[in-house]
Amino acid sequence: MHVPDGFLDAPTSVATGAVAAVAVACALRGARRELDDRTAPAAGLVATFVFAAQMINFPVGAGTSGHLMGGALAAVLVGPWTAVLCLSVVLVVQALLMADGGITALGTNITLIGIVTVVVGYGVFVVLRRVLPKRLGMVAPAAAVGALVSVPAAALVFTLLFAVGGNVPVDLGAVMTAMLGWHTVIGVGEAVVTGLVVASVVATRPDLVHGARPLLVERELELRTGVGR
Amino acid sequence: MGAGHGHRLHFHGHSPVHRAPAHLKVLALLGFMLVVVATPRQAYPVFALWAAVLLVVVALSRVPLRYLLPRMVVEVPFVVFAVLMPFIAHGPQTEVLGVSVSEPGLVAGVALLIKGTIGVLASLTLAATTEPQDLIRGLQRLRTPDLVVQIMGFMIRYLDVVTAELGRMMTALRSRGCDPRSPRHWPVLARSLGALFIRSYERGERVHLAMLSRGYDGRLPQTGDPR
Repeated sequence: MHVPDGFLDAPTSVATGAVAAVAVACALRGARRELDDRTAPAAGLVATFVFAAQMINFPVGAGTSGHLMGGALAAVLVGPWTAVLCLSVVLVVQALLMADGGITALGTNITLIGIVTVVVGYGVFVVLRRVLPKRLGMVAPAAAVGALVSVPAAALVFTLLFAVGGNVPVDLGAVMTAMLGWHTVIGVGEAVVTGLVVASVVATRPDLVHGARPLLVERELELRTGVGR
Repeated sequence: MGAGHGHRLHFHGHSPVHRAPAHLKVLALLGFMLVVVATPRQAYPVFALWAAVLLVVVALSRVPLRYLLPRMVVEVPFVVFAVLMPFIAHGPQTEVLGVSVSEPGLVAGVALLIKGTIGVLASLTLAATTEPQDLIRGLQRLRTPDLVVQIMGFMIRYLDVVTAELGRMMTALRSRGCDPRSPRHWPVLARSLGALFIRSYERGERVHLAMLSRGYDGRLPQTGDPR
């Protein structure tokens, strides 16, 4: 679901473009801390992975299908700064090479899909990680809840932007209810897939999962002797 | 860059639009669409003028319309939204085909359809006439931060590699009786995606090591024909 050209008026589009530019500039500095000089190839390949993951459609009912947005997933796997960077690059490539999402709406799309989902998804994840028992098994459920909240949050911000820049006299409450309801359904799909993907990576390569690193540091070396012969 | 000739939307050609520098095309698209978006929604003659300008560019590019039109399906979800607009908006009611709809909603919905359609067709024209490598060079010339350009370059370079890998995984799943669209098989699908993430990330690490061994210092050397 990418916003096309003409959905929001020009001032709103330019304003979200400025927000997106500032966020990407911050993400550039943050991603260097997360990835040091591996940033370009590693983030490039993660962006490719996000793009590939978005290609998988799942039915959400009424004959329509949704796809993964991947904000919370990318944030938990590679860290929030790199995630913002990767999703922004994916959206730029989609807008310029695939005509998916308008070029004047690029800032809006980066703000909604790249920034809001990552900030909300990762924020919820970090809070849950602090509250839940400090075990590796808790990473995936926390990521799932983050993903569940992130999708309606993006829909909420979209509704607010639409109220500012849509210039249509609609009943905002009704639109918001419809958008939130619909996107909560999509969010459930996003949450299940995100949780399962994170669980599978945590099971095989927990060292790669950015969100699991604080838990790995706390893990103590266990020597199991006397088992078998 | 070694792999791939263009991308799925690229239409090979030698027209003036194909030859135009990519950074000018991106700027032209951005400027044109900003003007279209800023056009008052009931200025239909002006929209006709914008559509005519766009069609002239399409004609100049010699990309056939029957190549572009089927690819406009990306617009469909928002067509639904635009069609709903007359029914959910307030304001004075008017009759269309015997159905009472909101007049401002109707105006907004029609404007949305016009602007969205012009936008999709203009973006498709850019995509059809620009090679990804040229686009990256164009963005570089527009002073896009170097790191963003590099990430985009790696993404485009490995796009076909990773999507082909995903395609092989899906073929393997289907040949074993799995239906990736069905929620019952999501756990299997998710494990495949997890594996794809690990493979992609490790490929990134290998690429980085290979680059280091060839003298990478954080900047990509300028190679290839300067266009």
